[in-house]
Amino acid sequence: MTDTTPRTLFDKIWASHVVSPQADDHPATLYIDLHLVHEVTSPQAFDELRQRGLRVRRPDRTLATMDHSTPTTPRSPAGVIPVTDALAAAQLEKLAANCNEFGIPLYRLGSENQGIVHVIGPEQGLTQPGMTIVCGDSHTSTHGAFGALAFGIGTSEVAHVLATQCLLQYKPKTMQVRVDGRLQPGVTAKDIILAVIAQIGIEGGTGHVIEYTGEAIRALNMEGRMTICNMSIEGGARAGMVAPDDTTFAYLAGRPYAPRGEAWERAVATWRMLPTDPGASYDQSVTLDATTLEPMITYGTNPGMGMPITGRVPDPAAIRDVSQRQALDKALVYMGLQPGQPLLGQKVDVVFVGSCTNSRISDLRAAAEIMRGRRVAEGVRMLVVPGSQQVKAQAEAEGLHEIFRAAGAEWREAGCSMCIAMNGDQLQPGQYAVSTSNRNFEGRQGKGGRTFLASPLTAAAAAVTGRITDVRSL
Amino acid sequence: MPAFTRLTSRMIPLPIENIDTDQIIPARFLKTTDKTGLGDSLFADWRYDADGNPRPDFPLNQPQHAGAQILLAGDNFGCGSSREHAPWALIGYGFRAVISTRFADIFRSNALKNGLLPVIVDSETHQQLLSLVREEPGTEVTLDLETRMLVLPDGRQVAFPIDGFARHCLLHGVDQLGYLVEQMPQIEAYEAVNPARVNTLQPVSEHRVGTP
Repeated sequence: MTDTTPRTLFDKIWASHVVSPQADDHPATLYIDLHLVHEVTSPQAFDELRQRGLRVRRPDRTLATMDHSTPTTPRSPAGVIPVTDALAAAQLEKLAANCNEFGIPLYRLGSENQGIVHVIGPEQGLTQPGMTIVCGDSHTSTHGAFGALAFGIGTSEVAHVLATQCLLQYKPKTMQVRVDGRLQPGVTAKDIILAVIAQIGIEGGTGHVIEYTGEAIRALNMEGRMTICNMSIEGGARAGMVAPDDTTFAYLAGRPYAPRGEAWERAVATWRMLPTDPGASYDQSVTLDATTLEPMITYGTNPGMGMPITGRVPDPAAIRDVSQRQALDKALVYMGLQPGQPLLGQKVDVVFVGSCTNSRISDLRAAAEIMRGRRVAEGVRMLVVPGSQQVKAQAEAEGLHEIFRAAGAEWREAGCSMCIAMNGDQLQPGQYAVSTSNRNFEGRQGKGGRTFLASPLTAAAAAVTGRITDVRSL
Repeated sequence: MPAFTRLTSRMIPLPIENIDTDQIIPARFLKTTDKTGLGDSLFADWRYDADGNPRPDFPLNQPQHAGAQILLAGDNFGCGSSREHAPWALIGYGFRAVISTRFADIFRSNALKNGLLPVIVDSETHQQLLSLVREEPGTEVTLDLETRMLVLPDGRQVAFPIDGFARHCLLHGVDQLGYLVEQMPQIEAYEAVNPARVNTLQPVSEHRVGTP
C-alpha cells in the first residue's frame, strides 16, 4: 500500500524519525541525527548522566564547540586566545573534560574548525537535508535552511539526547511563509526575516514549524536562507525550514562530512524527495511581497518591533490594546526614542557585525564592500566577528580583514561575542548599537545597551556615517 | 524532580508582555555550571538598581508579595533563548508556578521538566486575577493539577490545559529521562533499520571551501 496523501517537508522528516508514535497519554519519541553541544547549556546535562551512571549513547552523532563565553580578543604571540574570566575559563574546561570523558569530538577555542555552533554545522557539511538536528540553543533553527528539522532544546533535553539520542515531542503545527518576487538592491535576507517577524509578531509562530517558500527564498544562497531560518525563533517558531534544491546540494558538495561518490548520488536522490508535495496543506499561511521590501531596522526591545528604515517610530497612543500600548511605551522609554521620529540620522556608538545570524563569508563580504575605501566614523566602535575560524581564514584569504582594519574596525576571533555579551564584548549602559545579531531585548548586548537590529549592509552604512543610514543612499 | 499536586498561594503580578529569558536571567549569569544559586539573579536588571540595591517599585521587592509562589506574568512569557537557567532561577527564587495567557514553546518545555507549572488562562481570567491581586495582594488562588483547575477565591474553577504526559510526570515527580531510557529496545530497533546519516568522529574528506 502506498500512501499518496500530499505531505509537507516537515511531515516527511517527522515521519521518518518517529521511534514510537505519540498517543493520548504520551508524546512521540523522535530520533535525533545530530546533536550539537556548547559550553553554556551542557554542563548540568553531563552531570545528570554521571549521577545516573549513563553514558553518551552516540558520541558519533554528537559534536561540541566552544562559542558563547569565549573571548574574541587577539591571540598571544604563541597563537593562544587568552581566557581572563575565571568563570568562563572553568566552563570551557568543564566542556573539554566532559567531551574527553564521554568521547565526544570537540572544536576547542582557537582550533581550526572552532566557531559558532550554527556556523560550523553547515560549514563542515554535518547539516544535511532530511536530518533532525538539536542543540541547547534556540537558534538551532538555522540548520533548517538545508531542509532539516532543527530546533533548540533546554538542558534537560540535552541530557535526554546525550543518553538516548531521542527526544519526547508532540507534533507541532505547520506555517507556510511565502515570499514572492525578487528583492531590490540593498535589501537582503535579514530584511526579509525582520519583515516577517514584524508581520506575524514575536509570538506568531508559537507551536508551529515554519516553512519558507516562494521565489525570493529560492533565489537566496544558503547563507541567506540560514539567516532567515535562524530568526524563526524570534517569530515564536521553534524551527524554520527551506526545501532543499540544487543551491543546497551545490553548497554541500565536497564539504568534510558530506557523502562522496556513489553515496553522494544516492543522498541527492533521497533529498530530492523531501520538498513539500503539491497540494499538501499547512495549518497557517502568510505571504509577503519581496519586491516592495525596504531595508528593515528595529526600533524597540523585541525583534517584532521592526520597520522599513525610512519609516517613523510608531506612536503608542495609536494602539488600542492596553498591554500592547504599555509594551511599546516601555520599549520607547528604554530605547530613548520618541513616537513619530524617524530613525534615519539617529546617532550610534557601536556597530556589531557577527552572530549566528550574520557572520558568514557572504555577510562579511557585504559589509566589506561598504567599508572599502571608507572610514568608521569618529567616535564609533565597529566590531567584526567572523562566525568561525574557517570563515575568518576565508575572509583573510580574500583580504577582507585588511578592508575592515583600514577602515578602523576591529577584526576579531570567532564566537558569539556581542550577540549575547557574556564574553566581555558588550555595550556600555545607554550606548546605541546597530547590530547584525538576532535579539534587541533589554540588556541583551550589555546591561543598559540599546540595540537596532539590521542587515550587514545597514550596519556597515551606520559605521561609516555614525548614524542610522539607508545603505541605498551611500 | 519534585512532584506538583496542588498549590495554594498568593501571586506576584508582573503583567508585562513578552518577558524574554534574557530578562528572567541575564546572560552574564550563565557562566555557572550548576542549576542552583540563580534565584538571587532572577530578573536582575529589573530588580536591582545600578548599585545592586533592590528597586522598591519592582513587585518582587515589595513586602506584601514576599513568599508568594505564583508569578502572574503577561502574554508570551519566556520567549527568546532556550536557557533552562530561566526556570532554574524562577524555582531558585521560590516560584512553583507561572500564570500567563501564553508561554513560549521552549520555556514551557523546560519549566515542565523542572516541576515548575506553566498555567495558561484566557485573557478575561488573567484580567480578573490581576484585579484581585491589585485590590488585595493577600488574595490566594489554588492550582489543582489533579483536576487541572485554577480555583479562584470565590470558588469559581477555571480549567487550564496541560498534556496528560506532563501532568503524569509532575503529579508523580517522575522525570522524562527515565521514561526515555526504558525505550532503549525501540531505539535500537530504529537504529538497526536507519543507518547513521553522519559520523562526527569520521569526516568523509578534507575541508574545501565551498560556495555560500
